[in-house]
Amino acid sequence: MKDYRYLPGVSTLVLHVDSCVGCGSCALVCPHQVFALRDKKAAIIDLDGCMECGACALNCPVSAISVTPGVGCASYIIQTWIKGKDAVIECC
Amino acid sequence: MREIITNKGSCDCGVSGMAGLPPLPMFQPEPDDAPCCGAPPGPPASEDERPGYQLCPFVERFVETPIGQTPQVASALGVVDHFGSLKARLGINRDQYRIAPGLYSVGVAGSGSPVLVTANYKLTFDALRRELAGVDAWILVLDTRGVNVWCAAGKKTFSTEEVVRQVQRARLEEIVCHRQLILPQLAAPGVAAHRVRKACGFTVVWGPIRAADLRAFLSSDQQVEEGMRQLTFTMAERAVLIPVEISLIMKPALWILPALFVLAAVSPQVSPGLVWRRGLDLALAFGGGVFSGAVLMPLLLPWLPWRSFYLKGLLTGLLGGLAVVVGRGGMGWDAVSMVLLCMAVSSYAAMNFTGATPYASPSGVEKEMRRGIPIQIAALLATVALWVGGQFWL
Repeated sequence: MKDYRYLPGVSTLVLHVDSCVGCGSCALVCPHQVFALRDKKAAIIDLDGCMECGACALNCPVSAISVTPGVGCASYIIQTWIKGKDAVIECC
Repeated sequence: MREIITNKGSCDCGVSGMAGLPPLPMFQPEPDDAPCCGAPPGPPASEDERPGYQLCPFVERFVETPIGQTPQVASALGVVDHFGSLKARLGINRDQYRIAPGLYSVGVAGSGSPVLVTANYKLTFDALRRELAGVDAWILVLDTRGVNVWCAAGKKTFSTEEVVRQVQRARLEEIVCHRQLILPQLAAPGVAAHRVRKACGFTVVWGPIRAADLRAFLSSDQQVEEGMRQLTFTMAERAVLIPVEISLIMKPALWILPALFVLAAVSPQVSPGLVWRRGLDLALAFGGGVFSGAVLMPLLLPWLPWRSFYLKGLLTGLLGGLAVVVGRGGMGWDAVSMVLLCMAVSSYAAMNFTGATPYASPSGVEKEMRRGIPIQIAALLATVALWVGGQFWL
């Protein structure tokens, strides 16, 4: 997957290192190896590899990670533009 | 199926056989004389058949468990399964290609066997059981509304709540003596492992991404090697997505194609032959755009320049458009507008492919759409302007 890179500098992923307990769940569930454990704390080592799937934030037991998860699908986004974010959207 | 099991338990007849049969009658009456007409009758109904239910061809038998009878499935795929996969890949009734959620088994599953959790999209279920030849395991199928693991996790139908619900519904704590669930890693956007444990006492173990790695994972004491956690997007993995991409474009194409022929009729001299020829020019430019964006772009994805898909699509659309123009012997402004149409359609189709890739982030897609869509609209307006203008004024 390292051969595929998407647009840099757009990910909404934020790690609050202070609250991190170093359990390593984020590194385990991330499908793009965005996290690594450094000095018993999680660290973001590849922010631009993040696809904002939300697995890390959901599986962080202390809510130290925030990300705006979503569906990276153009027709879905067009529908949210037209109908609003909370609308029931039929897609892919 | 559940209700039948309950009834059986309450009759207290002591039969614990395969299908809860009533005791055999004391004597067999002589069969009546067979009628002479027609073909000989087919085989009798299977003992597992129940009124109002349909047997699934992938179920080999029903095995007795503490919660009643559960289906044991074959690990080999049959002709029906392959045909079903083909239909789903072509986008035919894909939403309905699902199996009943609940507990299944493969091999000779016992109380110590692992529990694999998966989605109820039949394609997903088949991809899983195909890899389980020689493995004894339970398969807990969630109700993901017929959607695959990763997309269902994103849509939150493969969720913490659904895992807990199905664990309780299957009374899993009576089936197995351990307290462990193996989930595909790609279910993590929908399932919080720590919350599953809190809610039902089962610990989530994140298994490999691909079912193909499951056997190695299970036989190596659930060690996940580095490669098992890494996504791939090979030529074959991209190619298999193409038919669905095209089937999604077919619906709007039903009104776009007639509209193109109407546009072809806007001309100072109108004759059926001319309208047909010019309509075909536009239709082929549109078709070329679909091909360039939904076939060429996915196939050439890693080798095309730029990271934005709309740009990759513009490039393949340019190549496709030139090919159509050369093939049709297009000239002048008509040729330019055909190329522009092809590029706009290709760019849009390519941009839509982001949703099928395993690496595009929604923030990135939104960013490229804010640039791509105005360009696509401008190319379409230029197409119409040059196409019509070329007839009247240019």
